[in-house]
Amino acid sequence: MEIEQALEWLQSTPIAIMVAENDVLFPWIESVHVLAIVIVVGTISIVDLRLLGIASLDISARRLMRDVIPYTWGAFAVAAITGSLMFSSDATHYAHNRLFQIKLVMLALAGLNMAVFHFFSERDIERWDAPGATTPMAAKAAATISLLAWIAVVSLGRGTGFTMH
Amino acid sequence: MTLNEICHWIDQTALSQSIQAAGWVVPTVQTIHILGIAVVASSALMIDLRLIGVFWANRPVEAVKARFLPLIWWPLLLLLATGIIMITAEPARSLKNPAFQLKMGLLIAALIVTWLFQFLHRRNAAFGDVTGPRAAAVTLAIVSILLWSSIIFAGRWIAYFA
Repeated sequence: MEIEQALEWLQSTPIAIMVAENDVLFPWIESVHVLAIVIVVGTISIVDLRLLGIASLDISARRLMRDVIPYTWGAFAVAAITGSLMFSSDATHYAHNRLFQIKLVMLALAGLNMAVFHFFSERDIERWDAPGATTPMAAKAAATISLLAWIAVVSLGRGTGFTMH
Repeated sequence: MTLNEICHWIDQTALSQSIQAAGWVVPTVQTIHILGIAVVASSALMIDLRLIGVFWANRPVEAVKARFLPLIWWPLLLLLATGIIMITAEPARSLKNPAFQLKMGLLIAALIVTWLFQFLHRRNAAFGDVTGPRAAAVTLAIVSILLWSSIIFAGRWIAYFA
């Protein structure tokens, strides 16, 4: 099976072996991963709660997203890099871990949700972000899905740690 | 009473035993703890970035403070509650753990720094603005960022010293 071969190749690369065998490197990479996720979830929540009309109501959604989301992306990049390093160190086992698989699905869902929001709801944001106007249901749905997906990602990430042997 | 005796006593309580028996409690509580940290750390980061002057520099510090400070202090109660549950479930793994002890020390320092920011800004509304004491504000912000990051690191390292 090609995927199995690819995974085995990945975990035999020098960098993957270094991460796997170095007692100090993996914990440090993992700690940076946790820190990055903390920033992703925290900043995304600020935006999602604004779209849901729960917080930051005095700031336009557009401005909030413009100011906050760069930090979300920066933190996500760090999370993706550290996550990839950890994954590569034991690729076959992570790939076969059920909770990790679902975590990837949740990540894809979060990304897809963000893309749909960007290409649909955000298109006419000037209309619904005006003072007095209400956030459309589609935007609120996107915010809800986002919060649930990221809570799931954190939960499944923690669960992966518990179920890796 | 030694630390060992305290840990043993906690471990033998009915509460501890029942949490230990129900395997789902600790992972669930850990997840809630991480989500709480996400709110606290991100809120502290937003305030610190404002003090440094890279985030919402055109908004008064008062506005940023009013928005994010409650999101530090209130979730800390949740973190305390989830933390107590985890300590109750695994007293030796936490209380005797050097990473945990370091984390608690760093946490006290972070709380002092957060309180210090509130105190300094109350005393001088220009604290954090270009007209106020820049060096002090930037230093405080950087120390805050380092402390909260270190707390998160120390939290993860508990597992490695267990």
